[in-house]
Amino acid sequence: MNTLWSDAFKTLSKNKPALLSLFFIIFIILVALFANLLAPYGYEIQNPSQRLMFPNRTFWMGTDILGRDLLSRVIYGSRMSISVGLIVAICSLIVGTLYGSLSGYVGGKIDNLLMRIVDILYTFPSLLLIILIRVIFGQGLFGIFLALTIVGWVDVSRIVRGQVLQLKEMAFIEAARAVGVKNRFIIFKHILPNILGPIIVTLTFEIPAAILSESFLSFIGLGLQPPFSSWGSLANDGFQAFKSFPHLIIFPGFSIFLTVLAFNLLGDGLRDALDPKLKNA
Amino acid sequence: MIPFILKRIFISIPVIFVLATITFCIMRITPGGPFDKDKAIPPEIKANIEAKYHLDRPLWSQYFYYMKGLIQGDLGPSYKYLGRSVTDIIKDSLPVSVELGLYAAFLAFLLGIPLGIIAAYKHGTWLDSSSMFIAISGITLPSFLVAALLIYFFSFKMGWFPAGLWEGGWEYKILPVAALGLRPVAIIARLMRTSMLDVIKADYVRTARAKGLSEFPVILKHVLKNSLIPVITISGPLLAGIITGSFVIEHVFAIPGMAKHFILAVTNRDYPLIMGVTLIYAVLLILANILVDVLYAVIDPRIKVS
Repeated sequence: MNTLWSDAFKTLSKNKPALLSLFFIIFIILVALFANLLAPYGYEIQNPSQRLMFPNRTFWMGTDILGRDLLSRVIYGSRMSISVGLIVAICSLIVGTLYGSLSGYVGGKIDNLLMRIVDILYTFPSLLLIILIRVIFGQGLFGIFLALTIVGWVDVSRIVRGQVLQLKEMAFIEAARAVGVKNRFIIFKHILPNILGPIIVTLTFEIPAAILSESFLSFIGLGLQPPFSSWGSLANDGFQAFKSFPHLIIFPGFSIFLTVLAFNLLGDGLRDALDPKLKNA
Repeated sequence: MIPFILKRIFISIPVIFVLATITFCIMRITPGGPFDKDKAIPPEIKANIEAKYHLDRPLWSQYFYYMKGLIQGDLGPSYKYLGRSVTDIIKDSLPVSVELGLYAAFLAFLLGIPLGIIAAYKHGTWLDSSSMFIAISGITLPSFLVAALLIYFFSFKMGWFPAGLWEGGWEYKILPVAALGLRPVAIIARLMRTSMLDVIKADYVRTARAKGLSEFPVILKHVLKNSLIPVITISGPLLAGIITGSFVIEHVFAIPGMAKHFILAVTNRDYPLIMGVTLIYAVLLILANILVDVLYAVIDPRIKVS
C-alpha cells in the first residue's frame, strides 16, 4: 500500500502542470479561508462616487456598477464557488460510491435496473435537471447543493461500478466470500480501499464540474441569490455593463477558468499517477 | 433497420408519458402558485383566473385534463404570456434552438474530429500539445466568458458581427454557434485523440502497414472508422451538453429559443410552459439517441441492431 502511494507521489511530483495546479488550488483555498483578511474592502461597501472604474492602483480589478471593489468581491466570491465545489463533490462521491458499489457488487437484475436509472440521468441535460430540482426545493443554498449533487453522483456511480465489477472477480474477493465474510464487510474493507485511487481521481474532476455548473446557474440568474455571491453571480452582475466595462466579466470569468483548469490538470496528473490503466478511459 | 427504428419510437411513447406524469407531479407539489406574485388582484378575481386554468379542480382532474390535451398535441395555455398557448410558443422557439444546436453539433464533429486526428497522428509534437491545449481550454472555459469575449472583440471592437439576437442572416449565427460549439469541439478532439492512439497500436493496423498499404489508406480505412466508435457513443451525452450550453448562450445573445423561455417560465412559475419545454427536450433527446444507435449499427457491424 505504501509503495503505491509513494510511487504515485513521485510520478505526480514530476508532472509540472499538475504540481503547479496543486499549488494554485492550495492558494485559492487559502484565499477563500482568509477572505476577510485579504480583501482590501468589504464586499458590500458601495461607493457611489467611484462607480464603474477600470482597474487602477486603488482598485486592482476596478469597481462595479454600485462602486463596490471587484477584487474584494472576487476574493469573497471564491468562498462560495470553492465551497459549492467541495461540498457537492463530496456528497456526490458518497452517494455515487455507495450506489455504484452496490450495483456492481449485487449485479444481475438489480444492477440492470439501477444502471438504467443512471443512464437516463446521464443523457438528460444537467442544467435542465438542476433547474427543475431548484424549482421544487426553492431558491436557498440547500436547493443548489441538492440539485448539483443529484446531477453529480451519476458519473461517480458509473466509474465505481465499473471498478467494482472488475475487482469482484478477483481471487482475494472470492477467497473472502469463500471463508464467509459478510457482504457489507467485503465492500467496505476489501473493495472500497482498493478503488480509492480512481475515487480520488473522480473527486478531483467532480469539484470543477460542480463549480462550473453553479456558475452557469448563477449566471442565468437561477443560482445563488444575494447576499450570497459566487464568481458566477459576479459575472452575471457584470454582464449588464460588460460592453463598456469588460473587466466586470473578465475577472470573475477567469477566476472560474483558472480554478477549473487547475483541478482538471491536477486530476489528469493524479490519474496518471494513481492508475495508469485509467489513462485512456 | 426500419423495424428497429419503429420499435424504438414505439417504446419511447410510454417513456414520454411517464416523464409527463413526473413533471406534472413535481410542478404541482412545488409550493407557490403561478399567480401568487400578483398580490394586487382581489381574491375573487384570483379565484376566477384559477377557475379559467382549472387550477381549482382536484389534482387528478387537472392531470387527466392535461394528458387529454397532450395526446391531441395541445400543451395547454401559458399562464404568463396571455392569449398564447404553449404549443405556439414552442412552435416559434423550437426551430431557433434546434438550428443553433445543430450548427454547434456540426461544428463539433467538423472541427473536433480533424483536431483529434492531427493530435494523435502527430503524437508528442507541438501540433499534439497545441491541439490538446485548445481542447483543455475549451472544456474548462466557462461558456459565458467565451461568449462575452467573442462579443467584445468581434462585435464591439471590430464590428464584424451583431452582438445578439437571431434575425436569420448568417452573421447572427457565427458568434453564438462558436461559443456553444467550443466545448463539444474540445470534448470530441480529446476523445478522438485517445481513441486513435489506441487503434493505431492495434494488430490489424500493423498488418495493414506490413502488407504494404501506404499511410493514407491505413489511416482512412483502418484507423479512422474504428476510432470513430467512442465518438459516436458520446454523441448522446454531448447533445445533452449542447442543450445545457444553450441555456447560457441563448441568455447571453438574447436568442429567442426554448432555453430562454424555459428560464423565464421557471422564474414566473408558468407550469404548462415548464412542462411543455421539458417534454420537448425529452423528445429531442430520445430521437437523437435513436439516431445515435442507428449510426452505431452502421459504423460497427459487430453491434447488431436487434
